[in-house]
Amino acid sequence: MSRNPQLDGSGRLTHLLSIEGLPRDVLVNILDTAQSFVSVTERDIKKVPLLRGKSVFNLFFEPSTRTRTTFEIAAKRLSADVINLNVGVSSQSKGETLLDTVANLSAMHADMFVVRHSQSGAPNLIARHVGENIHVINAGDGRHAHPTQALLDMFTIRHYKQDFSGLRVAIVGDILHSRVARSQIHALTTLGVAEVRVIAPATLLPAAVDRLGVRVFTDMVEGLTDADVVIMLRLQNERMNGELLPSAQEYFKNYGLNPEKLAHADSQAIVMHPGPMNRGVEIDSSVADGSQSVILPQVTFGIAVRMAVMSMLAGQS
Amino acid sequence: MPFPDTEKLLDALIDSIRGNIKPDTGIIGIHTGGVWVAERLHASLGIDVPMGTIDIAFYRDDYSQRGLHDSVKPSDIPFDVNDRDIILVDDVLYTGRTVRAAMNELFDYGRPGCVMLAALVDRGGRQLPIEPRFVGAQVSVSDDELVSLQREDDGALHLSTKPRPSASDQS
Repeated sequence: MSRNPQLDGSGRLTHLLSIEGLPRDVLVNILDTAQSFVSVTERDIKKVPLLRGKSVFNLFFEPSTRTRTTFEIAAKRLSADVINLNVGVSSQSKGETLLDTVANLSAMHADMFVVRHSQSGAPNLIARHVGENIHVINAGDGRHAHPTQALLDMFTIRHYKQDFSGLRVAIVGDILHSRVARSQIHALTTLGVAEVRVIAPATLLPAAVDRLGVRVFTDMVEGLTDADVVIMLRLQNERMNGELLPSAQEYFKNYGLNPEKLAHADSQAIVMHPGPMNRGVEIDSSVADGSQSVILPQVTFGIAVRMAVMSMLAGQS
Repeated sequence: MPFPDTEKLLDALIDSIRGNIKPDTGIIGIHTGGVWVAERLHASLGIDVPMGTIDIAFYRDDYSQRGLHDSVKPSDIPFDVNDRDIILVDDVLYTGRTVRAAMNELFDYGRPGCVMLAALVDRGGRQLPIEPRFVGAQVSVSDDELVSLQREDDGALHLSTKPRPSASDQS
């Protein structure tokens, strides 16, 4: 078994492809570094010179607004040059292979690729083929992983709850198709929360879900009882055509987060969502905009967390 | 070579600053040793403005060789730096590179009126045109030794030397 492709010979992060397999001290170091970047993002001049002269390529083979934008802001606040490529509408549609696209961009002196792709493993493939001074960040691949989303979620949880050790965290929704849930579960178990729960209809649970070290609930009220953190997942529209779920209305009735269901969680519980939200499908507007919601702070913290990851990778050359 | 007593150096530093500061002068310590010294200066000089701290990790000139340092602390400057006199505080002044990085960071908070440098000890060896305004003592240390400041459990500060582990820089 080869060593973790994300770590170099001395155990330092060189790519960020997945949370799985990263030691706890690496995760904690990212969160601590992000904390220092929060103070940078609160200044008048929100820029530091760390990545001056470096080129970051945002390589998005799948559409995204929030993730791409926050990566772009993060790179610019580190003083990098940022090039955004929506590859779906350029080379790929002309038949160029993924590795040819990357080879061409490397020839333009790219220092870092931020990759989103509908195929699981695409960022790993790129990481295996780039030169040793080029770093790859997975910005979401297929159903596999979305590590920076999980890290910003961990940062948000630590910000509001200080300590992971006593927490009961419930993840609600389409666990089966969610790369976010997978990365969150790995991060939460590595950081040592007391309990990770997943709440979903049986049709939206992966077959081997118990092997992830989580408690599984199909009843939402049972799963939410005394939870400290409630993470709602986006229900993608294409799942609602009858094969896995009867209808959006039916889903909202059983698994949509409304004030009545949230009342079963701890009274200090925070409500999170990676966005974009479907109001009235997985979450009621009164909860999304309510006092327990930390959905917008998640977005803000996402910038500092991505600055931390980029600056830790780019210094490894 | 035994060092002068660290607490006596602190007293000398405080005496040299007293009488040279305004009521609204800001004190900013550079992590980590500089913050300890700044805390002592701030308390002894009876300054009303809350103390600031700077971690230079995001401004270091050796980032592309050495990467980002672990355990970066947040910088925190809880006052408006514009037009204000500032005393930057470090424990050991050496190459001057730390001070350059700290000044770059400081100017991202605004345009200070006057920036002065205070150091507990100055060991010479400057690589940049940077000189302290206030210093506890000048010491002579060979290039292959590292000078570092420790803080005891009771808050007492203690300077010591040890052999330099590798070709790293200390400023």
